[in-house]
Amino acid sequence: MTPDHKTSEHKTADPSVTGPRSLFDRIWDAHVVKRLEDDRDLVFVDRHVLQETTSAQAFEGLARAGRRVMHPELTVATQDHIVSTLPGRDEGTNPGGTELLGLMRANTAAHGIRHFGVDDRRQGIVHVMAHETGFALPGCLLTCGDSHTSTVGGLGAIGLGVGTSEVEHVLATQTLAITRPRNMRVTFDGALGRGISAKDIILHMIGQLGVAAGRGCAVEYAGPAIRALPIEARLTICNMSIEFGARLGLIAPDDATFAYVRGREFTPTGAAFDRAVAEWRDLVTDPDARFDRDFTIDCRQVAPQVTWGTSPQDVAGVDVAVPDPAQFADHRRRDLAAAALSYMGLEPGTPLEGIPIDVAFIGSCTNGRLSDLEAAAAVARGKRVAPNVRALVVPGSMSVKREAEALGLHRIFENAGFEWRDAGCSMCVSINEDVVAPGARCIATSNRNFENRQGLRSRTHLASPAMVAAAAIAGRITDVRKEMTA
Amino acid sequence: MRTPLTTVTGAMAVLPETNVNTDAIIPSAWLRSAKADLARGLFGARRFDDAGRERPDFVLNQGPFRSAKILLTGENFGCGSSREAAVWALARFGIRCVLAPSFADIFYENAFRNGVLAGVVDEATRAALAAAVDRHRDAPVFTVDLPGTAIVGPDGDRHTFMVPPHRAGMLIRGDDEIDLTLRHLDAIERHLAKAKLERDWLHDASTDTRQYP
Ligand code: SF4
Repeated sequence: MTPDHKTSEHKTADPSVTGPRSLFDRIWDAHVVKRLEDDRDLVFVDRHVLQETTSAQAFEGLARAGRRVMHPELTVATQDHIVSTLPGRDEGTNPGGTELLGLMRANTAAHGIRHFGVDDRRQGIVHVMAHETGFALPGCLLTCGDSHTSTVGGLGAIGLGVGTSEVEHVLATQTLAITRPRNMRVTFDGALGRGISAKDIILHMIGQLGVAAGRGCAVEYAGPAIRALPIEARLTICNMSIEFGARLGLIAPDDATFAYVRGREFTPTGAAFDRAVAEWRDLVTDPDARFDRDFTIDCRQVAPQVTWGTSPQDVAGVDVAVPDPAQFADHRRRDLAAAALSYMGLEPGTPLEGIPIDVAFIGSCTNGRLSDLEAAAAVARGKRVAPNVRALVVPGSMSVKREAEALGLHRIFENAGFEWRDAGCSMCVSINEDVVAPGARCIATSNRNFENRQGLRSRTHLASPAMVAAAAIAGRITDVRKEMTA
Repeated sequence: MRTPLTTVTGAMAVLPETNVNTDAIIPSAWLRSAKADLARGLFGARRFDDAGRERPDFVLNQGPFRSAKILLTGENFGCGSSREAAVWALARFGIRCVLAPSFADIFYENAFRNGVLAGVVDEATRAALAAAVDRHRDAPVFTVDLPGTAIVGPDGDRHTFMVPPHRAGMLIRGDDEIDLTLRHLDAIERHLAKAKLERDWLHDASTDTRQYP
């Protein structure tokens, strides 16, 4: 929120503006209940998802004010952040989680909200469960008390991450009062090279644009490289929107999207589905729509990416060396890079390839879906995890876990020495028992490499599932493209 | 109604970094319970070592900054996780005003909803305020005057900050957002009724509780 931001807020929120519209404008406009006198919009929330660590105080607030949940049928809840991922776990397996898990169960029961807890087949990370159950649909507006709600943008839905007060606000009113984001677009040109995944191109983009590039914006990802991505990869792209400060990310739905959505539990069926598809086909950006910010990324030369610092923008191709902070022209960036390297225990000039690792984590709402596990399994098949490396695979949901087992992926991982766990956020946020030890180095498929994120003084390198699997086997960061020729 | 906020007077602590994330503001260790001591958790990993001892080099462990009421910091403050506990921790510690050249979107919303003023200062003001704090390290007392959008320093020096008028008004009156929204209840229900007619696929055809357990 900067002063220039405010002026353009007024411009884009002007109801009298007609003419070319973006994909974002189309969905947003269909959800505006009322333009508030104070430059914000009151938008209707079609779908609301709850997780246990950001909702207890929201229910407390409702109780204090004597309010009810206005539309319990538009909300679903799960338990994901603080659950144990030990196979066969229940609410008590991680004793540190029982308070919040119990509150989630009790609060949802009291208000008639569907709850997909650890005992339910649908349990999973909010940003995996929401779309795989068909609860999130193209063209809908979905909120969740969690920043990576932007993930559902991969289906062409508006996903807004909110704080706990706003969770309470949605429960009580089924709306959000929010400043209309501005339009931003990133066009991905070219095709992805061998061994390159959605994770690599979005990390590369964040490295190019910086962690604040999207502030205040709804970002549409477009271009041939995005069109060619399967749906789960599009979800990965939109998931990382928050990592460069965007409010949400969006990809226009197409036939691949409709095929993905069809047949899921909450997806409409028969004639209602056909009516939905007819509307979804209109969710496009007009050719002459205007974007406040417009960038292009060339995918052709992107190498597998890995982070070297403590911010997602501290990222480079695996084939280069840890940068020298002196190379950054901006003095603040220089200081940050120096601090990051000291935290990470890395010397400038060290090749990224070859850095020894202690832990390899495959999972999270960024890369915990079936295709992510398939990519990792393709690398791990017939190999062994290096001695002294702890390697975990944590499916994003119990449905993903069942699908993977049906394909026999669990055997590949177990035979290679990976732990095959139950679904949850696990080592992405480390508020359950899955923690990286102080000073230990973890390569992870998650989305944040902040200081202490995976445990006190943990060191995190972000990368794609194939890169993490390759590192687990080599015991060090390695270029997965070499594994593939082997 | 929440407690109205018109002025904040007290020590101003300076955290010069940019892109301070909410994991740093309130580390996840303090998110495991609804009853955690968030005031202690504020910048927990930077304030305390592994044994729980204060790190003397961190600003909030030093002299008058131990009871700071205002935080001055760099661009994009509060990025990363949506955890509202970041704002709760600031408020419980006693910081009711954060000044920065810019804020991350979710943090910005969370701040106002919890009666914490997130004031935008330009780069020159940020530098001038930081210099004023440096000159008065024994008594770095400032007053933030919300109705006047002014910051008055120890030398009587005046600076301005930016806040959208409606947000300032809400803090000053202590408005409750939910109450304000519920005034539009009719419009909300009209919107839903229309959506149900035009887009049954989004509503009754997919969310009816009778269809799904
Ligand atoms: S997997 Fe990580 S980023 Fe995703 S919801 Fe869980 S904690 Fe948040």
